[in-house]
Amino acid sequence: MNDRPTTNRRATKRGRSRLHAILQVVLDRTEPAVEWLIQLCGWSAILLVFGIFFFVFREALPMLSGKLNLTEFFTSLEWRPTAEPVPHYGILALLVGTISVTGLAMLMAVPLGLGAAVYISEFSSGRMREILKVLIELLAAIPSVVWGFIGYMVLGPIIIRLTGAPVGVNLLNGSIILALMSVPIIVSVGEDALKAVPDSYREAALSLGASRWEIVYRVLFPAAKNGLLAAVLLGVGRAIGETMAVLMATGHAIQIPHSLVDPIRTLTATIAAELGEAVQGEPHYRVLFVIGLVVFVLTFIVNLTADLVVKGIRNERAV
Amino acid sequence: MNMLPRNWFGWLAGSLLLGAMVGCRPAAEGVCVEGSDTMVNLAQGWAENYHATHPEAMIQVSGGGTGVGIASLVDGNCEIASASRKMKEKENERVREKRHMEPIEHVVGYDALAVYVHKDNPLESISIEELAEIYGQGGRITCWSQLGVEPKLLRNDTIIRISRQNSSGTYVYFREAVMGKTRDYKLGSIDQNGSVDVVALVANTPSAIGYSGMGYSLPGVKMLKISKHKGVPGIAPTVENAKKKKNEGGYPITRPLLLYTVGQPKEKAKQFLDWILDKPGQKVVVELGYVPVAPYE
Repeated sequence: MNDRPTTNRRATKRGRSRLHAILQVVLDRTEPAVEWLIQLCGWSAILLVFGIFFFVFREALPMLSGKLNLTEFFTSLEWRPTAEPVPHYGILALLVGTISVTGLAMLMAVPLGLGAAVYISEFSSGRMREILKVLIELLAAIPSVVWGFIGYMVLGPIIIRLTGAPVGVNLLNGSIILALMSVPIIVSVGEDALKAVPDSYREAALSLGASRWEIVYRVLFPAAKNGLLAAVLLGVGRAIGETMAVLMATGHAIQIPHSLVDPIRTLTATIAAELGEAVQGEPHYRVLFVIGLVVFVLTFIVNLTADLVVKGIRNERAV
Repeated sequence: MNMLPRNWFGWLAGSLLLGAMVGCRPAAEGVCVEGSDTMVNLAQGWAENYHATHPEAMIQVSGGGTGVGIASLVDGNCEIASASRKMKEKENERVREKRHMEPIEHVVGYDALAVYVHKDNPLESISIEELAEIYGQGGRITCWSQLGVEPKLLRNDTIIRISRQNSSGTYVYFREAVMGKTRDYKLGSIDQNGSVDVVALVANTPSAIGYSGMGYSLPGVKMLKISKHKGVPGIAPTVENAKKKKNEGGYPITRPLLLYTVGQPKEKAKQFLDWILDKPGQKVVVELGYVPVAPYE
């Protein structure tokens, strides 16, 4: 593709045909248009993000401007949006639910994901590596509703049998499912980060007599720490925003969990469950959009941190 | 290799477009019923049976929830909204404001809400008062032993309350029928998003209790008899009992299933509604486990 203009020019020089010259002119003329089109594609992402934020914000605004008691909103356990005569909009239990299920999921997913990344990048050989990579990508392709279904129908009864918990859909169930969902992201980003460490580091460590584990622990982890952190944060972002799977697997109960097997409820699941039947334009509907903003801000913070960390890597490499 | 995915994508886009075109056409000519998730199966059953005898008529059915259906009704996107609760005053106002007509309510059947427990649970009957103490705010019943059930049979003494999401018509109706208008639910119940999900979770969870339409029963669960007060014999959730008046030994937790139109229905929608209230339509109601409002045989 790249060398077409030069061959064209050569062709016209030889005077074989004017067709090539015309083609050249057309290409030159269309170039700005194509450039413009590609630019538009780039800008569309920005426009869409701002558009989404704008619409969520617009729906939430009437509640934000004074109608919603923000102290109650963030500190009350009472989420009773359809109560008569006075509804209560307290999201503390939902916030704790989201944070606890994400935290627990990360406790499982981070060691598992980073371990898998280390194995794939450092220990496995050709064939095994390819098989593992394909399988892990396959894991990422399973739709979240299928994960939720696995949690509900398969994991739930197992948890009841093993732990003696009264109900199988709970914090533990939800976080296992979320962990399995965020592992593929952590593995693929983490593996890239490990791959980016120059081989000369490994060779230097080997020549000093380091064992393979020492290379991983003492050389690769410090060298790739920003990339690995970014992998973890992207996993966290995935877990916070996940909706369908946690709706089905966590039990969807408004309470602060006291044990691993207590059912909980998350912010995202609340929106998914209630928006469909909320009366459009009424406070309940708008408060759900305010919750959407809270989730938006949470994931934004996590993604921004991940982004800054990744940028940190680039700068380090530039130095 | 490169051509294959592109072709595939083209086919997909093409078939989607075609599907959208085909999908859109009946909406212009037919009747659309949108709303309550509880009533989706029922509306689907009506649509199929109606289409069998009136092949020229196209009935489009979709769920999404009572609130969604009413919003569509207000906007004129749909002629009939199905609802498992009565329209709220604010929704009535929106219809008047936007459409300059009154919304009209049609009772097309009744739904008896059954109280489900696991099949291993020895309990046979429960009173409304006890249900209120289990589900209601400040309620004192939290353990099966308080109801005289041996906890060993259920592996756990704690009663796992299974409820619905707070915007569902079933949730609102159960609150009014069991706890009364002023008392609210105890927080911490497991709120499921569909009528089937409640029953499925009860079937998986020995120490659970849940409420759902009596048409949603599954193997592995048991429906309790309901009495108004403790000590009075309970009434089983059957079509016969649900048809009786509540003060004449009828099943106490029965609610109307509603269809709403803006103004009196016209032409195709009227034909369809008349058919629903006639024998064939009411037969569908009975077949799906609901209670008819008119004779079906």
